[in-house]
Amino acid sequence: MSALFLLLFISIAVAVVFLIAFLWSVKRGQYDDDYTPAVRMLFEDSPEVTNKETKSNQPK
Amino acid sequence: MEVEHFEYDNRTPRDFAIASIVFGLIGMIVGLYIALELVFPNLNLGIPYTTFGRLRPLHTNAVIFAFVGNGIFAGVYYSLQRLCKARMFSDKLSRIHFWGWQLIILAAAITLPLGITTSKEYAELEWPIDIAITIIWVIFGWNMFGTILKRRVQHLYVAIWFYIATFVTVAVLHLVNSFAIPVSLFKSYSWYAGVQDALVQWWYGHNAVAFFLTTPYLGLMYYFVPKAANRPVYSYRLSIIHFWALIFLYIWAGPHHLLYTALPDWAQSLGVVFSFMLIAPSWGGMINGLLTLRGAWDKVREDIVLKFMVVAITAYGMSTFEGPMLSLKNVNAIAHFTDWIVAHVHVGALGWNGMLTFGMLYWLFPRFYGKELFSKKLANFHFWIATLGIMFYAIPLYWAGLTQFEMWRDFTEDGFLQYPNFLETVTQLIPMYALRSLGGTLYLVGFCVMIYNLYKTAKAGSFIADEAAQASSLPTGATPGRVAGEHWHRVIERRPTQLLILSLVVILIGGVIEMVPTFLIKSNIPTIANVQPYTALELQGRDIYVREGCYTCHSQMIRPFRFETERYGEYSKAGEFIYDHPFQWGSKRTGPDLQREGGRYPDSWHYNHMDEPTTMSPGSIMPAYPWLLDDDLDTASTPAKIRAMITLGVPYPENYDRFANMDLMKQSNEITANLKASGIETPPQKEIIAVIAYLQRLGIDIKGENKVIFSTEASLVNPSK
Repeated sequence: MSALFLLLFISIAVAVVFLIAFLWSVKRGQYDDDYTPAVRMLFEDSPEVTNKETKSNQPK
Repeated sequence: MEVEHFEYDNRTPRDFAIASIVFGLIGMIVGLYIALELVFPNLNLGIPYTTFGRLRPLHTNAVIFAFVGNGIFAGVYYSLQRLCKARMFSDKLSRIHFWGWQLIILAAAITLPLGITTSKEYAELEWPIDIAITIIWVIFGWNMFGTILKRRVQHLYVAIWFYIATFVTVAVLHLVNSFAIPVSLFKSYSWYAGVQDALVQWWYGHNAVAFFLTTPYLGLMYYFVPKAANRPVYSYRLSIIHFWALIFLYIWAGPHHLLYTALPDWAQSLGVVFSFMLIAPSWGGMINGLLTLRGAWDKVREDIVLKFMVVAITAYGMSTFEGPMLSLKNVNAIAHFTDWIVAHVHVGALGWNGMLTFGMLYWLFPRFYGKELFSKKLANFHFWIATLGIMFYAIPLYWAGLTQFEMWRDFTEDGFLQYPNFLETVTQLIPMYALRSLGGTLYLVGFCVMIYNLYKTAKAGSFIADEAAQASSLPTGATPGRVAGEHWHRVIERRPTQLLILSLVVILIGGVIEMVPTFLIKSNIPTIANVQPYTALELQGRDIYVREGCYTCHSQMIRPFRFETERYGEYSKAGEFIYDHPFQWGSKRTGPDLQREGGRYPDSWHYNHMDEPTTMSPGSIMPAYPWLLDDDLDTASTPAKIRAMITLGVPYPENYDRFANMDLMKQSNEITANLKASGIETPPQKEIIAVIAYLQRLGIDIKGENKVIFSTEASLVNPSK
């Protein structure tokens, strides 16, 4: 049943890749804020609306 | 921080959406057609290309990789740009990805009806197409990571995590499972044999469900449900937790497809434990999706997109509850090989994937074309007829599955099988099959209504190919992009973690290619002394068995239950399959198990049965295979096939490829003479002879009555040896 060990090896390797990705994401502060991302994605980026906002908010 | 103006690419997601619709229609029509074939067995019109065995892989591939696959890409290309606040990395890569994927689907649609198949479920496509899939998949990943790297939002929204996991895991699964040795341009043998092949296949098969039908769609759910409801996801924290839990657990669940088979017990138990644990992260996603609508349920009454999404998430919740239950050994003993499984997967496919795709399309088209949806009424009609269709599809098949199991295992008071004739347990189900076709028809009608509705919407508006957008650039230093004129690799070097991940993937691929051969050939040492390789004729017959897709209705795996050993004979042993490249255990018994078919009937029975099954089993729903009686066997391929088998470690004598056809002729003549004795005149070179040879060999080795003698140089010089 060597295929079993092959699959175990590959599955663990994939898990390690995911683990590294997980640690990376935690370290990079991806999860420090668990409120704004969920809200931010709701806003559209259409130029008409945001133009006014940026003009009023940001002196330039 | 500077405000940058740019444009979102709507053309690529729009094209993928159209492709999803077109191939979804085709895939569902094929599905309905083969469902009707179980009610009207002559529906294939007597031609080989339209039999259930050849079209079933086309149906599954079309709905999984063409309908859902294009749906994934449509949703990913649309949402990823907006979540990253950046146009896709490269329009050229988007184009190559789109057309490459459609060409692969086209190749599948041509090769599968021709019988060009590896017979590994959901991985039936032959090796040249497998290579094309790998290339296109890498292009997809390249484009996706490129976009992520040039994003204008520091934070990766949870949907993106799901897309990344999808890309990485599907790449690995596809590579490992497709490992095969080519015999010709359109034929290859799986590198693994028997139990090992089965394990690798279902490790792949289950993760195809996990990482092609689940994780990308959860990502889409996390984008489109909050968007449609215009409120944030219920718990962002839960979404992160269930994401990581899901991807860590899913990859171990595969062996639950092989419970009570010849797979070692501990591997079965491992699969059960992880499958059961999966209920937690799966329901985490379901709960998070549904609770996003808390306090907004009134919107669901009005909003057509939300209606579809709610049914989709509910179906996801149901099938991810059912899944862990089905992976318990005692429940699996009932459901395995029956229509229960078919019902289960269709709740997932029609409910979760289908309804979510429809919701997404109803959201996307008005935005692509800057026009309100043509008709809310028609969309409502679609919603109800599709929901009813799912129920009409699933309920009869649940019933059929339980009926089938009860009939298989029923004993009389004297201890004999209540229904010794397998056919009785099939004809009993035909009314349920008819009802299921009705459910499929309803679903398909709804689909057609959607096409009309979306077409009218598109017609009324004008396509916005490039949608203007603006966003602030990221603070410099956060993720430095590529400086003009700089070597591309410098960009990766500045990101040690990405570099690490990339190199791990590369190492993984290299490791697999390196290890698989050395690892596996050693295990072909026979564990049962009597088990010998197939003769050349049997091998050819087996390839015809694979070509015709016999495994879609017949299993070759007798489980160790009294009701199975009474019906079929001794239960299956791992050592019996060591020369089976690929394995043919099957996953569904519309017909009886064939593992101990050898010697059960005379050659003439098989000849007549293939010509017209109802002459031997009145009422049979198996199609007739008259072309096997007419077509000549391609013996030119024998030497190459034998050589491939020798490479895979099958112990044929040295240089046997030179003598194989001689032995093949000899065995053909024997069977022909045997048929003649029963009054059947046939030339010995017909395909049917090879099929009979294979069927008569099945499962007889462990009885110790069979002894194959392979010709060698020595035996030819001195025939007495």
